[in-house]
Amino acid sequence: DTSLTEVNSFSSSVPISPSSMINQYKLEDEPELRDLFITVDGPESHITAIETFITYRVVTKTSRGEFDSSEYEVRRRYQDFLWLKSKLEEAHPTLIIPPLPEKFIMKGMVERFSDEFIETRRKALHKFLNRIADHPTLTFNEDFKIFLTAQAWELSSHKKQGPGLLSRMGQTVRAVASSVRGGGVKNRPEMFTEMNSYMEAFSQKINVLDKIAHRIYKEEREYFNEMKEYGPIHTLWSASEEDIAESLKGVASCIDKCCKATEKKMAGLSENLLPILHEYVLYSEILMGVLKRRDQIQGELDSKIDANKKAEKDLFSEEIGKLEDKVECANNALKADWDRWKQNMQCDMRSAFTNVAENNLRYYEECLATWESFLASQTVELHMEEDPEDRP
Amino acid sequence: MEDCLAKKMEITVSEAEKRTGRNAMNMQETYTAYLIETRAVESQSEGQCAPVDSLWRRYSEFELLRNYLSVTYPHIVVPPLPEKRADFVWHKLSADNMDPDFVERRRIGLENFLLRVASHPVLCQDKIFYSFLTQEGGWKEMVNETGFQLKADSRLKALNATFRVKNPDKRFTELKHYSDELQSVISHLLRVRARVADRLYGVYKVHGNYGRVFSENSTQGLADDSHEEWEHVRYAASIDDILEEEEHYADQLKEYLFYAEALRAVCRKHELMQYDLEMAAQDLTSKKQQCEELATGTVRTFSLKGMTSKLFGQETPEQREAKLKVLEEQIQEGEEQLKTKNLEGRDFVKSAWADIERFKEQKNHDLKEALISYAVMQISMCKKGIQVWTNAKECFSKM
Repeated sequence: DTSLTEVNSFSSSVPISPSSMINQYKLEDEPELRDLFITVDGPESHITAIETFITYRVVTKTSRGEFDSSEYEVRRRYQDFLWLKSKLEEAHPTLIIPPLPEKFIMKGMVERFSDEFIETRRKALHKFLNRIADHPTLTFNEDFKIFLTAQAWELSSHKKQGPGLLSRMGQTVRAVASSVRGGGVKNRPEMFTEMNSYMEAFSQKINVLDKIAHRIYKEEREYFNEMKEYGPIHTLWSASEEDIAESLKGVASCIDKCCKATEKKMAGLSENLLPILHEYVLYSEILMGVLKRRDQIQGELDSKIDANKKAEKDLFSEEIGKLEDKVECANNALKADWDRWKQNMQCDMRSAFTNVAENNLRYYEECLATWESFLASQTVELHMEEDPEDRP
Repeated sequence: MEDCLAKKMEITVSEAEKRTGRNAMNMQETYTAYLIETRAVESQSEGQCAPVDSLWRRYSEFELLRNYLSVTYPHIVVPPLPEKRADFVWHKLSADNMDPDFVERRRIGLENFLLRVASHPVLCQDKIFYSFLTQEGGWKEMVNETGFQLKADSRLKALNATFRVKNPDKRFTELKHYSDELQSVISHLLRVRARVADRLYGVYKVHGNYGRVFSENSTQGLADDSHEEWEHVRYAASIDDILEEEEHYADQLKEYLFYAEALRAVCRKHELMQYDLEMAAQDLTSKKQQCEELATGTVRTFSLKGMTSKLFGQETPEQREAKLKVLEEQIQEGEEQLKTKNLEGRDFVKSAWADIERFKEQKNHDLKEALISYAVMQISMCKKGIQVWTNAKECFSKM
């Protein structure tokens, strides 16, 4: 089992300490030391007799030795991404696998194949693959490599190998059973209980932030729609005036410019903040799942130990040994990945909100400049006329 | 510039008070009374403070004053009163006349009205206006004694009635057209402005929700600093000040919305005068014609008289003589009346046009200033936004 070996070699050769993880993370973040670059673009729709679906172009550039070539271009559909995610979860049950964009939900007016929907999904898929590429362990996963490099027919045949649907279902049933029995909770190390409460609170918060961000976007859109009408009225008015026509036209132009600035601000929101918040809403679900899976693995060990005690003979000592190793690996993997995830999350949040602040700053600075230049043009005129106090 | 009242006297509407009393039908009613304070200006220059005179008036008395002025000075664009009922509201504002914000804005509007009248070269000299400011009791009776209600032409009350004028004065037609356009464009602007204000309010208020999320300390790592909370809450609250200033701008525009009506009223009065003149001239012409027919015995035009006389025999020469005499008297009267009307018409046009020119200058000046103050408001709003978001950015960078 290559994935287990990977985890083992990883855990035995490198001391798992937060600081070393941080260094690892930093190294991979610097673009010059990255050796795997992935882009997702070029959505195309395919129409067959049975169905219509979209494929995305996945381009990979790499300098890694394990890859036969330095450049790959393949086409993948959403199903393929789902497959990859489930393979990764299988191989690394206690690692934090990045979220995929959701399946299509009949929400509001968004059409299944609307440009907006496809673009949002494309960006999320791009993020998904890049997050895997940046992950110290997942980046070397074999299925990941196949996903990036295999031609369509190669991928199909590869997918058919591996544990079938039934065996996977069996695993799920066992997992559910063990979690129903409260498996793994009573001997759970303190650290993971803390993680659980943290994630519960985080999950609540991130959902609220996500909702607020969407509300703000909606309100800004409505504001923008009203503003669009506001400027032109002043222009209309200027048509029936003489003396104040120029001032009216000036105000109209300022309002129109501010309107455009609002549009830019909205675009910033939808390109940065909204996708990030949404990703972390999905992440919070994933993390709860990872914690459960860790509990299940622990549960298997606990129930074997209990069974051993009942048997009064050391029937299961070998199995217990294996399970103890399994639990230790799982715990270490999760702990390391958790530290890394938390670092990333804080960084992402920080940059997302800073970006929002910068967007707003840019907006206000632009509007300020517009109005100040209008004011300057008006006061110049005023000084050229007689002093207003002499007027009757 | 003539010495108008505004230069001699300081006028303020300083307070508003809720009162209860009994109305004409002896039913209890609640209304607001406004305190008008006046003080002579001259003695101030001697370093002494003149005593302040004050009296209370309610909105209906202001209305009475304005009606009187409109009827007594038909050629003047009479300053408008602030709106009777709250209009162009957006959701935060109340449409209730008793709402303190509305009362406050009305107080300012009434003060503005008095200052406008006091600085008008013609209106400021009116005795009824002066008494309104200075005479507590018996003012209503005084106004009614002028009998101005009798002078009021009820035809003007029918707002949409058109008088078919054969030779309209082009300048007045254009002016009426302009006043219609002004009314329409300002109403449209105020309506959209109210919607924009509503939306802007929504945007700011939602930001306040962020503040609450960040302030809860339970999530370490997401936000340890509660400063974000304050920035967002401050941002959300700042909208109240901004929109209050904007209401003032809206009130400035509203004044000219109502001024447009006053302008239109002058045009209508002119139209009516012209119509009366044309009717009188027409009447005179037909009488002259009748006279001629009677004198020469020819019937040039069809008339019922002519028909009946043909059918039932002609009148006696004495009857005809009498009729002719009456007609001749009427014609003479008519000619004099026409002369007077013509003169009145010319005077009206002259003085109306003078006031219209004055009004135009005032309007251009005021509206330009209003637009500038709108720009100043926007600038202040942008500066506040920059401050808040600069602080927020700093807070976020420490996340």
